[in-house]
Amino acid sequence: MSNLTLHFNVSGDDFTRAGEASGAVKKTLKDLGFSHEIVRNVVIALYEAEINLVIHAGGGEIDVEIAPDCISMVLTDHGPGIPDVALAMKEGYSTAPDNVRALGFGAGMGLPNIKKYTDEMIIDSKVGEGTTMYLKVYPR
Amino acid sequence: MKVYEIKEILDAEVICGEEFMDRDVFTACGSDMMSDVLAYVKEQAVLLSGLVNPQVVRTAEMMDMQCIVFVRGKHPDESIISLAEARDIVLMSTKNAMFASCGMLYEKGLRGGAMK
Repeated sequence: MSNLTLHFNVSGDDFTRAGEASGAVKKTLKDLGFSHEIVRNVVIALYEAEINLVIHAGGGEIDVEIAPDCISMVLTDHGPGIPDVALAMKEGYSTAPDNVRALGFGAGMGLPNIKKYTDEMIIDSKVGEGTTMYLKVYPR
Repeated sequence: MKVYEIKEILDAEVICGEEFMDRDVFTACGSDMMSDVLAYVKEQAVLLSGLVNPQVVRTAEMMDMQCIVFVRGKHPDESIISLAEARDIVLMSTKNAMFASCGMLYEKGLRGGAMK
C-alpha cells in the first residue's frame, strides 16, 4: 500500500459540521482494513482536535498521511494560540466559554484525550499566531 | 442486553433505527459532556444524554456506539435524525431523567466502560 494523503479545510463558523473530516478519515481507515482499535484511536484524537479547531481557533486545516505502519495527522490553525501548553494539557482545565460547554465540549478533556489516544503528540503554538498540532498513531 | 430491552426498560420511543433493535449492547455511558464520553472505552455501548445536537451523533459515530437515548423527553430535529440514519445509529427518547434512566439500566445488569 502506498501512502495515502488527505486534506481537509475545517470551517470555524459551523459547529454542526465539526467532525465531518474525522468521519471521512474513519471511513477511509476502515476501508483500508485497519483494526477496530487503531481506527478508534485515530478518529477520537482527530475528532477532539477538529472540535478544537472550530471552537478555539476559528477553523483551520487538517492533513492526514496514512501508511501501513504510521498514521500521521497535522492540524494547523491561525487562532489565538495556547499561552501555556502544559496547563492546557491538564484534565479539567479549559478556557472554553459557556456557549461551548452548552454544546457538550470545553470540559478540559480535549487535549488529554488526544494524548491518550495517540502515540506521539507535539503542540507548536505561538500566542497571536496560531497552533500546529502533530499527531501520530502507530498500528501494531 | 439488546437494544429492544433498553427501549422496554426505559419505556422509550424509537425515533430511528427500528431495524437495529436486535443489536447487543455491552456497556452504557450517561453524559452531557461529549469529551467525557470520548475519554472512556466502550464496546458496543449505548449513550444516554440530555444534550441534543449533531455532535452527540458524531461522538457516537467516533466511538462506534450502537444507540443514543435522549433523556427527559428531549427530541432531536430532522438534521440530527438524518445524521444518525446515515450512520445506522438507533435514536430513542425517554421521558425518564438521566439519573433514573441510568439506574434502571444498571439495575438490569448494564455497566459502564473502562477508562482508556
